[in-house]
Amino acid sequence: MAQTTIYSAKKIITMNPNRPEVSHVAVRDGRILGAGDLDELVSWGDYTLDERFADKVIMPGLIEGHAHSMEGALWSFTYVGWFDRMDPDGKVWSGLKSIDAVVDRLSEIEKTMDDPDAPLLGWGLDPIYMDNVRMTRADLDRVSSTRPVGIQHASGHILNVNTKALELAGLMKTGQNNPGIPLGADGLPTGELKGPDVMMPVGKHVGMDRAFLAADEEGLRNYGRLCVRAGVTTSSDLGQQLNEDLVKMFERVTGDKKYPVCLVAFRINFGMSPQELVDYTASLKDRSTDRLELGKIKIVADGSIQGFSARLQWPGYYNGAPNGLWYIAPDQLAEIYERALAAGVQVHTHTNGDEATQLTIETLEAALRKHPDFDHRFTLQHCQLANEAQFRKMGRLGMCVNLFANHHFYWGNEHFALTVGPERAERMNSCRTALDQGVPMTIHSDAPVTPLGPLFTAGSAATRVTATGRTLGNSQKLSVSEALYAITMGAAITMKMDDMIGSIEVGKRADFAILEGDPTDAEPEDLKDIGVWGTVQGGRIFEAAKI
Amino acid sequence: MKLPVTVIGGYLGAGKTTLINHLLRNANGRRLAVLVNEFGELSIDEDLIEAEEDGLMSISGGCVCCAYGSDMIGVLEDIRDADPPFDNILLEASGVALPASIMVTVGLVQGLRGDATVVLADTEQIRKNARHKFLSDTILNQLAQADIILMTKPDLVDDATRDAVREWLTEQAPKTRIIEAPQNGIAPEAVIGAVPFAAQLTQAPTQTHVSFASTVLEPSGAIDAEALANRLAQDPSITRAKGFVQTPKGMALIHIVGHRAEVEEAMPPQRVGVVCIGLRNEFDADAVQRLV
Repeated sequence: MAQTTIYSAKKIITMNPNRPEVSHVAVRDGRILGAGDLDELVSWGDYTLDERFADKVIMPGLIEGHAHSMEGALWSFTYVGWFDRMDPDGKVWSGLKSIDAVVDRLSEIEKTMDDPDAPLLGWGLDPIYMDNVRMTRADLDRVSSTRPVGIQHASGHILNVNTKALELAGLMKTGQNNPGIPLGADGLPTGELKGPDVMMPVGKHVGMDRAFLAADEEGLRNYGRLCVRAGVTTSSDLGQQLNEDLVKMFERVTGDKKYPVCLVAFRINFGMSPQELVDYTASLKDRSTDRLELGKIKIVADGSIQGFSARLQWPGYYNGAPNGLWYIAPDQLAEIYERALAAGVQVHTHTNGDEATQLTIETLEAALRKHPDFDHRFTLQHCQLANEAQFRKMGRLGMCVNLFANHHFYWGNEHFALTVGPERAERMNSCRTALDQGVPMTIHSDAPVTPLGPLFTAGSAATRVTATGRTLGNSQKLSVSEALYAITMGAAITMKMDDMIGSIEVGKRADFAILEGDPTDAEPEDLKDIGVWGTVQGGRIFEAAKI
Repeated sequence: MKLPVTVIGGYLGAGKTTLINHLLRNANGRRLAVLVNEFGELSIDEDLIEAEEDGLMSISGGCVCCAYGSDMIGVLEDIRDADPPFDNILLEASGVALPASIMVTVGLVQGLRGDATVVLADTEQIRKNARHKFLSDTILNQLAQADIILMTKPDLVDDATRDAVREWLTEQAPKTRIIEAPQNGIAPEAVIGAVPFAAQLTQAPTQTHVSFASTVLEPSGAIDAEALANRLAQDPSITRAKGFVQTPKGMALIHIVGHRAEVEEAMPPQRVGVVCIGLRNEFDADAVQRLV
């Protein structure tokens, strides 16, 4: 007979409304046999009492509903951001507060490199916290004049490179007329490259090549380690090409008995016709395992708000920038929705601007008339600018939402001053409105855009403060318990996995976040500081300090 | 010489598939590489396909077709480095892409030259699409960014409507050459450019398309290539022109697409000659000859 382990804890927060807090949880075959007090659980038969978590608080394993495993791969490059950030080894890289500090860190790495021609790439620079100082190629020439050096900004929309990289790209010449390539007083490029159209061709010379863009095995393993440190037991990988080679790689990595997290890998809509996309994704469903969930589609409808490429409804951008870009044609969106509804394939759609959100709502409503589905749970990802009417409609159509709570903290001031202005900045990521309108909701980090950390994300949704302490949208704050529900059950519901994960109750997967403190007892602003000891995933124990 | 890239844009249903099949069928010895946003949307006529392997479709006459998905630059570089080399890349933009953005990227890939932006407008649908609740600005931007607008399926509307559409298109893109393009009725040279006079062809440049006329300029002695290029670009009857001329500093290659002119240095020896193409009912070969 299978073995039963009963864990005691200082407190177990279950997310099961019938018994929200218990003292013990019994695990058998990687599943939860029961949650209650010891007297109730011993009746299941022989057991081992494990008291290693006796002074810890146990929550359902945290679920990240919108992240990219690339967060794991990025740590092959040098972090130069403003905020402290932890790498997969648990090392905290201190935030850098000046251009000189950035140059110093890259210079140190440069000294350790053997190949004199190899590119050096940094990531995470955010000049908005440095009074918008503009980095130039002269700054990066101090790192090296002989090897190409580049830094990708935290927003993802700007790349800075040194003179060598510009030479390799054939751009060290005067007479260029491109708004994405600012020129210095000497008529030569300053080294700043704005927007994907100019970043991509130059980026390959500083290491942003095919290999950088594709998922790799080590990156996927590192991502698993980051998940343990954040208390995450299930994470979406929201948007992969998932060709046969990649699916095999995912199967290999997650098939390792020591892989600590369940990845929900979505097939992105690029590169396939709607019919191929739906048929192919549907065919992947059967290859799902305990640690790899397949068979879902991610569509990108528009760009980003801080990149001014999101599609906004009237009156558009606060600073007068022209409206953003469509990344999918409405007719193709309609065809994917119709085919996916017919095939029973779930679709998550990236919308940032409220016009993109409106398009998806209208398109889905029309598709549902042709293919009624009473539990499709098509989910809008980011959906940052949605208004109350849109949430009301989403609720009535059976849609779910995953709001970008972290965005307030990192870019709220930019949204207030520049992109959408004060009124809409307060409305952004309206968690309260979503709940009030009956839209199942979760919140996310979009790692690597912001760091993976659901407790931080929950805190952001509960406080709605920006990095400088401004509160944006008092009336949209979540309570702590609502925020904790969002990062567990909320996320499980949006991915149609709530039968398996999201709460600690009989029958579900034994997925726990093991915490050093009690989040239900914490002030909203303290949620982010609660220590994570590690996780239990499918009954397997992973200690962050040893991962 | 840099490898020219022609971006073919326009909303879904404008006729990009038909045009690309037509160009492949009439490649006349040119090796074309067709890059499509995704397979499935664009179906190459089956009789043109010789083989299909690893996402690369081999097409009769040495042409290929492949999907670029999210790795446009990587695929462009693969085509650029191919041996034997290709003569022209046709890049099919997605239905909502802004061709100018693609041209920016193409212009920054070494060894490539953004040659022309050809935007297709479905004669019957274009004005309706331009009023679309979600698409209006995208459609109008596509038209404004075109060097050449092809009015496709003109035979589906009556003459009055066709004239009205042409007038409307002219308002949207005043300097752009606008060409009616009945199915299989468009000269490949108008879209992808003439082959320089001296280049090797299995067949001579076609004159079979009744709606187009052409002439070859052969300026003698060294001339100011930039000045000639600008004069050609300003002549609204010339859709495209391409060829070599002698300058005081050596050979130069002139490209004219619509109202846009470009001159690049060329390696001698090359035979002097600039092929100019225009719509038959507008094109005056003698007048064009006088521009030399």
